[in-house]
Amino acid sequence: MSIDDKQEKAEAPIASDNWQGAVSDWGADKQVFNMPWGKLMMWLFLLSDTFVFSVFLVGYMNVRMSSMDSWPLTSEVFALTIAGHHIPLVLIAIMTFILITSSGTMAMAVNYAYRGDRRKTVMFMAATALLGASFVGMQAFEWSKLIIEEGVRPWGNPLGSAQFGATFFMITGFHGMHVTAGVIFLLVIARRVANGHYEGKGYHIVEITGLYWHFVDLVWVFIFALFYLW
Amino acid sequence: MSQITGKDAEPAEADKAQPKLHPISLYLKIWGLLFVLSTMSYLVDFFEVQGMLRWTLILIFMALKAGLIITIFMYVRWERLALKLVLFIPPLAIVVFISLMAIEGDYTLVNRLISFISV
Repeated sequence: MSIDDKQEKAEAPIASDNWQGAVSDWGADKQVFNMPWGKLMMWLFLLSDTFVFSVFLVGYMNVRMSSMDSWPLTSEVFALTIAGHHIPLVLIAIMTFILITSSGTMAMAVNYAYRGDRRKTVMFMAATALLGASFVGMQAFEWSKLIIEEGVRPWGNPLGSAQFGATFFMITGFHGMHVTAGVIFLLVIARRVANGHYEGKGYHIVEITGLYWHFVDLVWVFIFALFYLW
Repeated sequence: MSQITGKDAEPAEADKAQPKLHPISLYLKIWGLLFVLSTMSYLVDFFEVQGMLRWTLILIFMALKAGLIITIFMYVRWERLALKLVLFIPPLAIVVFISLMAIEGDYTLVNRLISFISV
């Protein structure tokens, strides 16, 4: 192999994306992940957060399986009477739709950021934050209803198994905290985008914020299915 | 010539993995799909489907929604395999953990039933 060939190999742009590509990403003398460090750090954080939420949900599964008391009927606990109609689980359904919608607006914000449309980026980020805030508001309503009207506590409740309260406040509380942090994160970044702070640096930060926000929606998909519907 | 020329090896910050720009309609389609899937999982509860069918449907809708969010909204579909491996191999430990804790939960229940209910 001549020196020219060697050099061509070293400077080959990006290997094709298959198993050999993955090996060369790790094995070649270069940075492994072709992305800004902030994005990689966000992915690693989300991976660790996946473990946190998984452990909560596994704990919930374990106590629910081993509980001798009957588990409260979630579709009744979270039912609401709207205009004289008793609708099961309706509040949670609305919260789910709100969070999905906010994920959609966030995806659009990322797209407009890379297109360089600052005004629309800020608009969609603000919409996402607003939807997130309304989600937290409805969660506050749900919590107060459960605490004040139903008498549910982390250590017991009149509806059945004591573990229901413990896992409910733990899981939804941690998720709500993530949503709240996400709303603040979104507002801070949206403000900086509006001020033109990222004009020189590029708009990867919007994508990074988006990753966090979609992850919060993703966790809710699992909570909705495993805690509220199961 | 040195083999590693740090400057050349590192791509400029600007062209680092700039995602492809998709039309906005893609997000609206995915959003619509997520809406439909959420409605369907809500209807499972509304029509009080019970037993194995309920659990299967809930898990299917959950997996489809999670898949759409991860692949499209979080762009994983367009990421390189090196990142996908980092994201999807560690959670396999969670699958093992779930099975271990399910066995443990059953064991606890059986022991509670034996000591609190029978003589």
